[in-house]
Amino acid sequence: MSEKIYLYPLWIRLWHALNAILIILLIISGVSMQYTNPENPFIRFDIAVTMHNISGIILTVNYMVFVAGTFFTPNGKYYKLTLKGLFGRLIKQFTYYTFGIFKHENPPFPVTKESKFNPLQQFTYVIAMFVLVPIVLITGWAYFYPEIILTKIMGGSGLKINDFIHVIIGFFVSFFMFIHIYFCTIGATFVSNFKSMVSGFHETH
Amino acid sequence: MISRFTQFSRKVRAYPFLVVFIILVSSVSVNAQEKNKAENAKFNEKCLKCHGQSKYKYINPESGTEVTKRMYIETIINRAQFAESNHKYFKCTDCHSEDYDTFPHPGRLRMEAKYACIDCHGGDETYAKFKFEEIETEFQASVHATKHKDDFSCWLCHNPHTYKISLRSEEKIKDIVAYDNAICLDCHDNIIKYQMLTDKVNPDIDEKHSWLPNQKLHFNSVRCIECHARTNDSILVAHNVQPKTKAVRRCVECHSTNSILMASLYKYKVQEVRNKAGFYNGVIMNEGYVIGANRNYYLGLLSFILFGVVAAGIFIHASLRILKRKK
Repeated sequence: MSEKIYLYPLWIRLWHALNAILIILLIISGVSMQYTNPENPFIRFDIAVTMHNISGIILTVNYMVFVAGTFFTPNGKYYKLTLKGLFGRLIKQFTYYTFGIFKHENPPFPVTKESKFNPLQQFTYVIAMFVLVPIVLITGWAYFYPEIILTKIMGGSGLKINDFIHVIIGFFVSFFMFIHIYFCTIGATFVSNFKSMVSGFHETH
Repeated sequence: MISRFTQFSRKVRAYPFLVVFIILVSSVSVNAQEKNKAENAKFNEKCLKCHGQSKYKYINPESGTEVTKRMYIETIINRAQFAESNHKYFKCTDCHSEDYDTFPHPGRLRMEAKYACIDCHGGDETYAKFKFEEIETEFQASVHATKHKDDFSCWLCHNPHTYKISLRSEEKIKDIVAYDNAICLDCHDNIIKYQMLTDKVNPDIDEKHSWLPNQKLHFNSVRCIECHARTNDSILVAHNVQPKTKAVRRCVECHSTNSILMASLYKYKVQEVRNKAGFYNGVIMNEGYVIGANRNYYLGLLSFILFGVVAAGIFIHASLRILKRKK
């Protein structure tokens, strides 16, 4: 019998929904710019640029909301990594996803009010939110002021370095997004995690 | 019979002499050119004594007094710029009448026909590689020639006393861009010069290009003609300046692997489409970066492979979950 735990307060649900929409828009417009094709544009270049710029600005504001929420609300505790034994916990969760899940074993780290994320989730979310996203935001903003920031900080080759970092990290964010969406289907039912993003209640296995 | 080794060792011994010979011949040639330049500069000083500054003096033969007059700005020649220009080896009278030797200059000299580029450079084998005839054809088709007819000559952009080619030199792209754009802005951003050819008020360049993202970066990185002149495969610098309605406005004309910049600004350096590190239009990356034009082939390939692996992993995992689900 599954039970429901209220895990996602309204502000997190709103932040998460906006974050998801913006990241999807950024991936679509970013890929379109990177693989421009004059004969058959995925999204017209100038539209893709505007779409990418606006989404990037809103994402920055939204990211600030997330950081503030992490530091000033109880939500921050879910992102505190305990390094001791982390590797073992990651392997345990990984083994569950690769083998245990098919044998209908119980999750090794069930969701509770105190522990919203399993170790693999926690680790990847920390990397995504505190490493990858800040890098794409900083390199993205550098492109708003290329003649000031990129020449002053990195010299003549700043544009190239900045773009590679932005594109490569953006690529990893896209990876994260795909895997993240798929893993959302691993819940009490295929759609239970998606429902909890709306209701705020997590349904346990 | 002479062995290959002997032939080779003779060649090797001959090289130092060959090198010395080449150095001597080139230094003699350079010295002769420089000597010629120095002699002509001395000769030109007779003209520049007055035309080299904003004021000139002469003795009025009637009153016997010294008179100071202002020189017309169009007839002032900057010595330093002339000494750096393409025509630095010339005497003034190579292009202007020798009758200018007398002062006051005879009035009929005002009617003197001025040479155009093609008059000296056309049909000359020495300048064949510059294709002046084709440049002339392109210019005649341009909006400059069709709108302004004979009022617009080569000299409006290429001042014969100061002009120097920059695109083939070792100068940085940014310096070439600044030099070449200054030629356009000399009229298009100067109402006095602009209205010498038209009654219209020159448009505000920044406002007209306000649609351009990162406007300043674009202005510093590409020349006006990249968007305002039709590219031509057989000449190095496009001269067929188009009406404003035909200016390039589609970003992907430059921001794509098929970037027109490779047929214009970077044409002189283009040797290969993709350089060894796998970057499309890699030559641009020596001094700049163009989103969409400088993507990396290998990075693109790697990203497709990784996405394929992720998609396959998700597909397999999802399939197994469905197959192994509780009945």
